[in-house]
Amino acid sequence: MSDASLNSDLVRQSAATLATAIARGEVSSEQVTQAHLDRITEVDGQVHAFLFVDPEASLARAREVDAQISSGVIASPLAGVPIALKDLLATRGVPTTCGSKILEGWIPPYNATIVERLEAAGVVSLGKTNMDEFAMGSSTENSGYGPTHNPWDLERIPGGSGGGSAAAIASFEAPLAIGTDTGGSIRQPAAVTGTVGVKPTYGGVSRYGIVALASSLDQAGPCARSVMDTALLHSVIAGHDPRDSTSINAPVPDVIAAAKSGDVRGMKIGVIKQLQGEGFQSGVISQFNASLEILAGLGAEIVEVSCDHFQYALGAYYLILPSEASSNLARFDGMRFGIRVGDDGQHSVEQVMSATREAGFGAEVKRRIMLGTYALSSGYYDAYYGQAQKIRTLITRDFEAAFAQVDVLVSPTAPTTAFKLGAKVDDPLAMYLNDIATIPVNLAGNCAMSLPAGLAPEDGLPVGFQIIAPAMADDRLYKVGSALEAALVDKWGGLLIDKVPSL
Amino acid sequence: MHLGRLARLELTESEVDHYTEQLGQILGAIEAISDVAAEDIPPTSHPIPVVNVYREDVALPGLDREDFAAGAPAWEDDRFLVPRILDEPA
Repeated sequence: MSDASLNSDLVRQSAATLATAIARGEVSSEQVTQAHLDRITEVDGQVHAFLFVDPEASLARAREVDAQISSGVIASPLAGVPIALKDLLATRGVPTTCGSKILEGWIPPYNATIVERLEAAGVVSLGKTNMDEFAMGSSTENSGYGPTHNPWDLERIPGGSGGGSAAAIASFEAPLAIGTDTGGSIRQPAAVTGTVGVKPTYGGVSRYGIVALASSLDQAGPCARSVMDTALLHSVIAGHDPRDSTSINAPVPDVIAAAKSGDVRGMKIGVIKQLQGEGFQSGVISQFNASLEILAGLGAEIVEVSCDHFQYALGAYYLILPSEASSNLARFDGMRFGIRVGDDGQHSVEQVMSATREAGFGAEVKRRIMLGTYALSSGYYDAYYGQAQKIRTLITRDFEAAFAQVDVLVSPTAPTTAFKLGAKVDDPLAMYLNDIATIPVNLAGNCAMSLPAGLAPEDGLPVGFQIIAPAMADDRLYKVGSALEAALVDKWGGLLIDKVPSL
Repeated sequence: MHLGRLARLELTESEVDHYTEQLGQILGAIEAISDVAAEDIPPTSHPIPVVNVYREDVALPGLDREDFAAGAPAWEDDRFLVPRILDEPA
């Protein structure tokens, strides 16, 4: 086989297939890593999924893993497989910008726990992926380093904030990626790029070393092209971490066994009444309903469930998130890390901080910091932040009542398919509506998956199907997801991503 | 302008106008949450109960000072160098 055809073959393989071939010595991690680096060189000029790659470092790490494997040590079911990391994860010695100019050139002095776990598992980092600045956005247009383009149509958004991670796997630059999800930043990009993404239960994956957006909502999770690959990555990164005080000290649900089972017979699936209809694109609804029929055909019972307070979720979220973010982002003051502006020996520390933040932050970050500062200011606290916290309780209760009746809840992941770059960039309210179906899950802290449901007939773009399970029942996502995926693969003759136009 | 100062953002005049309008729109859309009667509902600050977590009282290596120095905008005598902290020049 020629190098070119071997490479193009390697980048289209699943992570599971690659790991097996590497473990058997049929191909080396170095070859697999090189194939993906070549692919990045070939297409990332168009996609712009990566903010940083260091081919020599990736290849050196791949050779180390190859040496381990030839000495008989197979660190994990993903040993030797390359991965793309969202640029919100602290990586020792590797630039970490969070998509912000304020951190341009900053090199973290330590690794996030996820990064340590991936290294221990023999997973090879390819580099850092683009994102909306500090994870604030649904399109990656808020990146300080230019937007990422959707591989399905380069003029369209790849979702956000983790658009770089989703676009990297959708364009075969990486088989796996890490994302973070505060209000939908893993699931919505997965939906609009025809890939799979999971927001694990809050506390299921360590937040240590992940630059905080909203600490009570943030959760990192796996991104891949298939449900099984997502499960394999989930099992590598999840589990208790003493360095994160909100990490759950309990066994990780067996997501791999669930992904293998794919049996939904007798399961009760609740369709959320409030997350359909008005505001949802017709092709999104039609593909969602077709998936429901498939699940019913596989033996699941489909019922409608009402979650009455979900209509207030967006409002509560856009008070809670900015409040937490305005506090978390106070640390970016130009004193200890990142850029500093206006320090001429005349200006005071307060003036330098304000000038640095003005120059370093983009528009959406400024909007949310001001919104949070306002919501937390005395006199408004009870009406805004306090009331939002009560709504959060009511939404959690809606979930509890729903899960007393059904095993999982489902909805479309996003109300529309990928829209054109620029269409909503200075219209914050229109942008916020992208996350209307994903936000309730973050407020309650339970878990959810997005996987492809098909292409919307009107525009030929991917539609995401969201599955929601109770806290620490992440395995149910994989059970339902793999059942639906297997049926769709049968129908289409392959994964949806196989239909993505070649770049 | 006042909000910009509280948020430590040195906004330009055109930014103040632009954000005032946008924040007004956002707050207008959010206000519907006040329609929900929730006097008796306890607030949720966190999805899981938060408790203090302690580790064993054993000294562990910290991070390298050189690494912090490398990432600092200004560094002198093993410390972060910052602008003057008082308002008037000395």
